[in-house]
Amino acid sequence: MSRIALSVNGKPVSAEIEDRTLLVYFLREHLGLTGTHIGCDTSQCGACVVHVDGKAVKSCSMFAVQADGASVTTIEGLARDGKLHPVQEAFREHHGLQCGFCTPGMIMTAVDMIARGAATDRDAIRHELEGNICRCTGYHNIVTAIEAAAKQMTTKAAAE
Amino acid sequence: MIPYAFTYRRPKTLAEARGLLKGDAKLLAGGQTLIAAMKLRLAAPSELIDISRLKELSFIRREGDALVIGANTTHHEVATSSVVAASIPALKVLAEMIGDPAVRYKGTLGGAIANNDPAADYPAALVALGATVKTTARSIAAEDYFTGMFATALEEDEIVTEVSFPIPERAAYAKFRNPASRFALAGVFVAKTKTGARVAVIGAGSNVFRVPEMEQALDRDFTPGAIKDIAVDPAELNSDIHASAEYRAHLVGVMARRAVESAAG
Repeated sequence: MSRIALSVNGKPVSAEIEDRTLLVYFLREHLGLTGTHIGCDTSQCGACVVHVDGKAVKSCSMFAVQADGASVTTIEGLARDGKLHPVQEAFREHHGLQCGFCTPGMIMTAVDMIARGAATDRDAIRHELEGNICRCTGYHNIVTAIEAAAKQMTTKAAAE
Repeated sequence: MIPYAFTYRRPKTLAEARGLLKGDAKLLAGGQTLIAAMKLRLAAPSELIDISRLKELSFIRREGDALVIGANTTHHEVATSSVVAASIPALKVLAEMIGDPAVRYKGTLGGAIANNDPAADYPAALVALGATVKTTARSIAAEDYFTGMFATALEEDEIVTEVSFPIPERAAYAKFRNPASRFALAGVFVAKTKTGARVAVIGAGSNVFRVPEMEQALDRDFTPGAIKDIAVDPAELNSDIHASAEYRAHLVGVMARRAVESAAG
């Protein structure tokens, strides 16, 4: 057992957990943050992507103890004051989902890719999405949503 | 999937980590292979020693005619480093092709070469560039370091600390990926070094290997045409549901020519 203290979606959290607890189980079962999904559980599908210290990582491939002291953001932490994050808004606007299971991971990956300036065009976005699988194969609108969000966020950043 | 229980330790120094590394304890760096193996219960270490926060192992620097990269440096850091791009651009390209963005944020150079997966990319670069692996105990030439499938020359309590890559005149890496897993069916790193051309192959055999016939031909003429009639023997290559040995042998030739074309251009 280990005691860990970290920040999750801006709030301090501490817990006594088994060392083998994966970060995704800690978020879902200890904190009740079930927006982060478990898809393949073999680190290929990306449904479990969260941000740890600002980097999009697969929470099924990391132990919660490794996040001790870190700042974690999940899909639940993106909206601000009841207003969706621009990437969430773009997924809604462009219908970037079908069943929605992969959506939290897609959005967390998209936020990271846009922040790195990697969402430069449709090909680049598709390449960056290599670690996220949509089993409805709804990639077309996912790419469109990310492209639109990237444009909007870049324009907004330039205007500020 | 839940791994078997283990005890997690996070030493503050390399010396402390070395002291803890005994019995069936395992080092944890990026964890992108080890944690998956533990979840499948293929690996069941009783202790995990997390060295990922040891800053002393995380660096990229130019030292004379060599590029030196610390064991804890992530694939993302190598792929985005201006020092790597200026010294050995082929290494940047190789790092960009490992896994996916989330895996590259976590996976490390030291972890990749300590695991020595036959389909891992880095061993090709180390062998083709004639790199030296530095550990807590000694320096090992890359060709002596990779001893077989998932096997290295590392002793039980030895930790990889850095890799020194001599800077080549030119180099390039080309790989053919399994379209589903993205692991290499064949990857070829070619380099024109001070001591001659070197060609190293991963993904196709049980361990990284060189192709001397291609190297001799490239020493005479560093062009794709110079190696177009040189075939590797499928008898030494892997055959599985993804590709036959004959197909892998064919891919080695194609990837080698693409890499030479890219390096020469």
